[in-house]
Amino acid sequence: MGEPSLRRDGAWVGASVPRREDPRLLTGRGRFVDDITLPRMLHAAFVRSTEAHALLTSVDLTEARQVPGVVAAFDAADLGLGDITALLDRPAEEFAPTAMPVLARDRVRFAGEPVAIVLATDPYAAEDGVEAALVELEPLTPVVTEAAALAAAGPPVHDEAPGNVLVDVSLFATEGIDGIFGEAHTVVTVEARTGRQNALPLETRGVVADWDDRDEQLIVRTCTQVPHQVRTVLARCAGLDERQVRVTVPDMGGGFGQKCVVGREEIAAAAAARLLRRPVKWIEDRREALTAGFLAREQHYTARAAFSGDGEILALDADIVCDMGAYSCYPFTAGIEPLMASAEMPSVYRVPAYRVRGRAVTTNKAPTAPYRGVSRPQYVMVMERLMERAARELGLDALDVRRRNLITEFPYRGINNVTYDPGSYLESLDLCERVLREEGWPGRALDDGRVLGIGYACFSERTGYGSGAFAQRKMQVVPGFDISQITMDLDGTVSVTTGTLSHGQSHETTFAQIVADRLGIGYDKVKIVQGDTDRITYGWGSFASRSVTIGGSAAAAAAVKLGDQLRALAAHLAGVDVDSCELDGDGGVRAGDRTLPFTELADVAYLRAHLLPKDVGPGLTATASFDVGGDGTFSNATHGCVVALDPGTGGVEILRYVCVEDCGVAIHPRVVEGQARGGIAQGIAGALFEQVTYDELGQPLAPSFMEYKVPTAAEIPDVRIEHLETPCAFTANGAKGAGEGGTIGAPAAVLNAVNDALRGTGVELDSTPLARADLYAALNREAS
Amino acid sequence: MTDVQLVELTVNGERHDLAIPPRRTLADVLRHDLGLTGTHLGCEHGICGACTVLVDGAPARACLLFAAQVENAAIRTVESLAGPDGELSDLQRCFGEHHGLQCGFCTPGFLMLAEGYLAEEPDASRDEIREVVASNLCRCTGYETIVDAVDDCASRRRAALQAALDTVPATAATRPDSGSTT
Repeated sequence: MGEPSLRRDGAWVGASVPRREDPRLLTGRGRFVDDITLPRMLHAAFVRSTEAHALLTSVDLTEARQVPGVVAAFDAADLGLGDITALLDRPAEEFAPTAMPVLARDRVRFAGEPVAIVLATDPYAAEDGVEAALVELEPLTPVVTEAAALAAAGPPVHDEAPGNVLVDVSLFATEGIDGIFGEAHTVVTVEARTGRQNALPLETRGVVADWDDRDEQLIVRTCTQVPHQVRTVLARCAGLDERQVRVTVPDMGGGFGQKCVVGREEIAAAAAARLLRRPVKWIEDRREALTAGFLAREQHYTARAAFSGDGEILALDADIVCDMGAYSCYPFTAGIEPLMASAEMPSVYRVPAYRVRGRAVTTNKAPTAPYRGVSRPQYVMVMERLMERAARELGLDALDVRRRNLITEFPYRGINNVTYDPGSYLESLDLCERVLREEGWPGRALDDGRVLGIGYACFSERTGYGSGAFAQRKMQVVPGFDISQITMDLDGTVSVTTGTLSHGQSHETTFAQIVADRLGIGYDKVKIVQGDTDRITYGWGSFASRSVTIGGSAAAAAAVKLGDQLRALAAHLAGVDVDSCELDGDGGVRAGDRTLPFTELADVAYLRAHLLPKDVGPGLTATASFDVGGDGTFSNATHGCVVALDPGTGGVEILRYVCVEDCGVAIHPRVVEGQARGGIAQGIAGALFEQVTYDELGQPLAPSFMEYKVPTAAEIPDVRIEHLETPCAFTANGAKGAGEGGTIGAPAAVLNAVNDALRGTGVELDSTPLARADLYAALNREAS
Repeated sequence: MTDVQLVELTVNGERHDLAIPPRRTLADVLRHDLGLTGTHLGCEHGICGACTVLVDGAPARACLLFAAQVENAAIRTVESLAGPDGELSDLQRCFGEHHGLQCGFCTPGFLMLAEGYLAEEPDASRDEIREVVASNLCRCTGYETIVDAVDDCASRRRAALQAALDTVPATAATRPDSGSTT
């Protein structure tokens, strides 16, 4: 890394400095989990269920164990592990607890569920062993759709949840809401379904585990967003002390939420390593990732909204059903999607009356986990469709209807009992519209016979949920805080721990910028330590756009504390009052008429401790924690999308995409833009391309990239990004989260643009992914 | 499947003698037998392109090739791009400058794809580059910055070539190998 040259006004925060991650990643010297090889290492592969729902009558691994290269094979009984169980503190009528065994016992609940683990000297032999395993299954009627789950005709997916409902909450019901609907000028309804999607980190899940006799520890190197939670679950499942498990995370090739839950395969592989006293590696293959990895997003909304004649929303009533698949994920549970949607559906609008019912149903499909945005892509899409539909029915401009209803005064206490952080809801809409207008899109005709459409989406996203916000969900395990420890070495450089964890978001750079500013040193003098449960106090990893908001604030607070120590020490050595001492912004402390470089202070702290004040111990280290108070922070954005629809094929091309985002103080604007662009690509993917599908027996129909269509550079447009900055009042650095917004806004913007292009056909489409056949039919319908 | 075959591979200019099962893929040989872990595996069925390497100068999916198939070829991996002193190549620098990578997992595949393509088509337009970049999958960037990085690298190489031509007497001007970066 050359000399950083992009420093802005003496501050690292706000400057798009070169990423400290890049040199190793660009040269192939990153270390991802599959890059780790240990002596005597075995390779694991899983025997998986071929049925979606069946009694597991026998697992015979005799033949598998005879395969050349196979060293061992275990079923659930052989491993003898406890189950993974995620719980909510909610009454029985709201929540049905269910367990996820590490390997299936007695019964399988989705095609692809792991039944046994085979260990061999190389991965090819492990797969040969899987081929040789004999599993007897007695098929049961599979529950494949939400409708079938709720009809509950066949055997339930879990005996503990007889009606296949895992979560059923009615969080809000404004008194008199039916009267408001009865008297309203206009009531509009949107029924929307969103497809099941795979978060699809390009690096699949994986683990390398081995037992260390010297440390009496199971050392687990795994590809996870939540190392401490993996440690906790593994210790509990295997009956080990927490200190007997060390989870470390190497470089990670993306996560997007799929890796922020504890998977069963890494637990099984680690347990096998302990049993065999040999290192074990498991790397998920893409077929496993597409059929047995955690999925997300399959939801069904029936939403009604009452409006006044001039477009003011008066009431919102929603029924939300989320198809969570076969198991509840740890730690979030199957409540993750319905609880998020129910609590936050009113979005950026002043909704005076609200009623909602949110349900999680269980089906015989691969289980779900959080995925970038969690429910917000869906409810934002539904809210934005309601706004558009009301505008059409009332003969008003859809943007004017939004403006009439947007929250503009902050802090705003919503009908959902959430207090919204100040944002730029109206300003972002105005700017987005202006940009597209100035680029000349409105009114433009295409000369190739295609139809142009422009769509918008306004939204905010709660980011950096603190413990308080998660506690409202009534999770039995409550994420929220973060702790950082900072240590200065003799040379004046520092190492900072964070309980958050980068899987592509540039923590090594952005955290270093935050700390560098607090201490007045170069960002290249700051080393970030992440992803090691032995080096980091309990942490919650990275999800919910919490890293910079909460983790960054903890790191900033720790740096400030260390700065105070340095000032106090300088004051003592210089014989002046501490209040007159200041960090000089260049690696030293101004103390009276002297400047003491950090190296000199560190020299005293470590090598000449006899010079320290009597009440000060040796060393230079400080610890701080941070939690977001109240209801969390809220980033916001408006997305604008221009599409061209081809009446000849039903094809959609996105011609232009504009994103006006406000995540408060952007630590590294380029990183923020990267998060937005990548998120938008994933949102477009959900709107137009990607869907996990099953046949009527619950067999996955998209087991490879041939069937699961991931958009490429040919489908994803260039994105113009405009920044607004409403600093956050609740974080130490003014930042709000920036990880998920792109994904949240894109489906609504794309869908609205397509519907704009369909104007005059009499067809409005509310579900995603948009089927080309539906678009073709709509465009070729005789106008009635 | 315990048969072993002797295979001689040339990777990044270095010869390796290997005794491997015939079904062993080039990707696994590069990563696990030769320790060149920069080549990544994202799907193992030829779609994502994270394993792209150069085989006789042309981008190829290392997951779809058996090592035994490429015995007589010159193979280049991402480890060959930077100089021996670790100095990044122009293409690598462009990826960094344009934020063309986030998690970095797909990056070696895109680098090798672009390296092979620009050697073949030094005059590629941005649209043509976008079409080629569509060969590989990235889940972080939304692709725009990858296209920008490759486009910028192509422009800089063209400018450098032009500058070189401008300084050489007209009679002596010959077109140098535009694909060479070392």
